[in-house]
Amino acid sequence: MSAGENGDSAGRINGIKSALRVIPNFPKPGIMFQDITTLLLDPKAFKDTIDLFVERYKHETISVIAGIEARGFIFGPPIALAIGAKFVPLRKPKKLPGEVISEKYILEYGSDCLEMHVGAVESGDRALIVDDLIATGGTLCAAMNLLERAGAEVVECACVIEVPELKGRERLRSHGKPLYVLVESQFVPSS
Amino acid sequence: MSAGEKDGSVDRINGIKSTLRVVPDFPKPGILFLDITTLLLDPKAFKDTIDLFVERYKQRDISVVAGIEARGFMFGPAIALAIGAKFVPLRKPKKLPGEVISEKYVLEYGTDCLEMHLGAVEPGERALVVDDLVATGGTLCAAMNLLERAGAVVVECACVIEVPELKGRERLRLHGKPLYVLIESRFEPTSC
Repeated sequence: MSAGENGDSAGRINGIKSALRVIPNFPKPGIMFQDITTLLLDPKAFKDTIDLFVERYKHETISVIAGIEARGFIFGPPIALAIGAKFVPLRKPKKLPGEVISEKYILEYGSDCLEMHVGAVESGDRALIVDDLIATGGTLCAAMNLLERAGAEVVECACVIEVPELKGRERLRSHGKPLYVLVESQFVPSS
Repeated sequence: MSAGEKDGSVDRINGIKSTLRVVPDFPKPGILFLDITTLLLDPKAFKDTIDLFVERYKQRDISVVAGIEARGFMFGPAIALAIGAKFVPLRKPKKLPGEVISEKYVLEYGTDCLEMHLGAVEPGERALVVDDLVATGGTLCAAMNLLERAGAVVVECACVIEVPELKGRERLRLHGKPLYVLIESRFEPTSC
């Protein structure tokens, strides 16, 4: 499901989309990088982004927002604060102090690993996973595995941007979980 | 200046302090790591943390909140949203796409580098720098340099925790800037 299906959301979505920028050939040639930092420079657009997520989740009895390092840390906490949920950072290896559980996942070349604190999440917690963008869905699936191993129920994954060609939505569907995004990726580099 | 000097703040500060935990020997032996993730698991304490900063800054005409990667990202955006300011992430090298300015700084062993997007901050803007903790103040000074090189005025640096023994406050004072924190560290390891 995408946002923008409500009359009054459409205006906010358009404002958010216009605040994003595309950086060609980052981090390597051929990649059109969807940059959310320009969204963060627009207080109204940033607030609208958070509000759209909060409106969707505030009555869903979400007890945990898990944010994926590092751009998920920018969007997740304001959503958590607004809906009264815990915020749990999901981090690259060796960043979290104390006891963690780890989930390895496959990249195009090689593998990576995501960690979560033991005890951050309890059996019965209802969780939302937040990141700035979904591409293949590999990182989100690793995140979902961490939360489910801790006994939480993942309600949905929420991102600002989706890159549809990379089929992340389908990958999440194979995991049995829905995806909610505000905008789809753009191809035109903006100045 | 530390919080807790006004009525109503003291209870909130005590609540926040009670949620923090110390993890010994992280990231290496001998270091008592002050962990804010347990604060983030307590919605009231996390909200109180943000509210205390917002109450201090909302009438100070702050146009930019700069947060230091990565734990500064957990506090900075919520403050920025509440006071209507921009949020600017200050990141390790090669993370920000597009044109950046870089500031090198010295660590105990070696150096590190902080980057900010060109054009994120304009001359004359009033900025707040946010991180979870101030130790020696080296990273905060690098952050202030980036903002000042872009023409901003740094109004203050704000952190949840200060480790006084590491003299970050004095280092910021040498840079001519004040520091505001909610809590000073204690060194007894607590169980979670």
